[in-house]
Amino acid sequence: MSTVVLLALTGLGLGALYFLVASGLSLIFGLMDVLNFAHGALMSVGAYGTWWAASGHLPGAGPGGAGFALAVVFGTAVGTVAAVLLELAVIRPLYARPREQILATVGVGLAVPALLSAIWGADARPFPGPEALSGTVGLLGAEVPLNRLVLIAAALVVLAALRLFLGRTRHGLVVRAGVEDRAMVTALGIDVRKAFTLVFAIGGAAAALGGAIGGLYFGSVDPEQGTSLLIFAFVVVVMGGMGSLTGAALASVAVGLVQQFANYYTTAGLGDLAVVVLLAALLLIRPRGLTGRLA
Amino acid sequence: MSTSPAPLLTVRDLRVVIGDSHILHGVDLDVAARGTTALLGRNGSGKTTTVRGILGLVPRTGSVLLGGEETVRLATHSLVRRGIGYAPEDRGVFATLTVAENLRLAERPGAGQPAYDLVHELFPELGQRAGQAAGTLSGGQQQMVAIARTLLNGNRLIIADEPTKGLAPKVVTEVAQVLERAAEAVPVLLVEQNLAVVRRLARHCVVLADGRTAHRGPAAELLADADAARRLLGVGRAGHDGAGPAPAGASAGPAAHPATRTEEAEV
Repeated sequence: MSTVVLLALTGLGLGALYFLVASGLSLIFGLMDVLNFAHGALMSVGAYGTWWAASGHLPGAGPGGAGFALAVVFGTAVGTVAAVLLELAVIRPLYARPREQILATVGVGLAVPALLSAIWGADARPFPGPEALSGTVGLLGAEVPLNRLVLIAAALVVLAALRLFLGRTRHGLVVRAGVEDRAMVTALGIDVRKAFTLVFAIGGAAAALGGAIGGLYFGSVDPEQGTSLLIFAFVVVVMGGMGSLTGAALASVAVGLVQQFANYYTTAGLGDLAVVVLLAALLLIRPRGLTGRLA
Repeated sequence: MSTSPAPLLTVRDLRVVIGDSHILHGVDLDVAARGTTALLGRNGSGKTTTVRGILGLVPRTGSVLLGGEETVRLATHSLVRRGIGYAPEDRGVFATLTVAENLRLAERPGAGQPAYDLVHELFPELGQRAGQAAGTLSGGQQQMVAIARTLLNGNRLIIADEPTKGLAPKVVTEVAQVLERAAEAVPVLLVEQNLAVVRRLARHCVVLADGRTAHRGPAAELLADADAARRLLGVGRAGHDGAGPAPAGASAGPAAHPATRTEEAEV
């Protein structure tokens, strides 16, 4: 029983990490038809920003308590700025050329890890974090690492915030409408490009937050972390239905759990394969993903 | 037309090339400052592309003057914010959004109070269905949402692309009534296949053929001339049910359909 609880919560923690990356990826694709292969790099930027700040380089930030919170805010902010710059400088000039656009995001997705390893080395660096979050908590007989719960909480907060944004604000309304019919949004007199930049900022912030807290989960940062996670985030986006937030949340949970349980009860590494099998099976039954719509 | 005030919209040599195909080869048209101007022509003559070209929804060259200002280099949203309400051919209703959200999206923050009173007076049904997803509405109700969006702002021009297409005769009459009333206040550019509706609403008409302007003049004149109507619109019956504005209930219904079908059959 305790093993099942531990596996379930670890799977949910991993799912939470996937959701933080996939939610932005899904909104960006749904609204703009842009497959952002640089999204994992945004997560890495968040992770390195947090690591850099928490390692004592940012005044006031540090590995413990409020200092760590400040480091997370810093890392998330750097990731957000990077996402906005990516949209303005790389994506926007290429809207009429989708093929070049994809290649450009692939290029950025390769360049950022290379840049990170050029500056800080290719090896994993230990990730500083608050003492209070490195322990475990007894839950239903299992000793669950606290960082899993932090990730799950962060993902729930992001999910709730995104739902409020999409459901209650005019910008959110524009995004939902744009996912359906971008041209008609402009024909109503709305500059949809502003929504593009906004969605990139939001998606970048979520991914960077994932990187910042993901550092606690992995215990270290390395330049390839974000990129290797991106593949599973794409699986989540396809499973959940392009542009669907609820779908991304459900698919994140499914992928995280399947991966953990399959890796534990079968051969290690088979969990990753199981995820792909799950994706294929789902697409055979429901070609448009779990929901196939934005909500 | 020569005695009327300067046109609100003046389009000259509008050309649209999509991929390798030339869709418009130089369309000239004026939308009069008053009343409805009908944009006519057989299927595939370029009516919808002309409208989309005017709005910048497809890449275009030429000249599009709105109230004397050249707009051909403006982005769609900038042009629309200068006062255009657009109800597209497929209605452009956001299916997953509610009726209220569809209307709210058409509001223009900073450009005066949206005219919800007018919209709810013309379409009381939309108020009752405010919370309903627009995708679950009937075709006629969706068209009402599309037209309501054009009336919400104090627009200078309304462009309606086949607003009666696919609607039941009774709904066609309702839509025609609303457009007739709208046209009292705002000039309307109307793409329409239903000649009974054209006869009822349009003062002026522009006829396209093969992506070019083939004819311009008073609408009643064209509809009264059976030969010209047959040649330009591909309809045989246009002149036979009497010239001049017909009463709504009498002709917007059944009389309209043979004409429409004839036209579609010939394309």
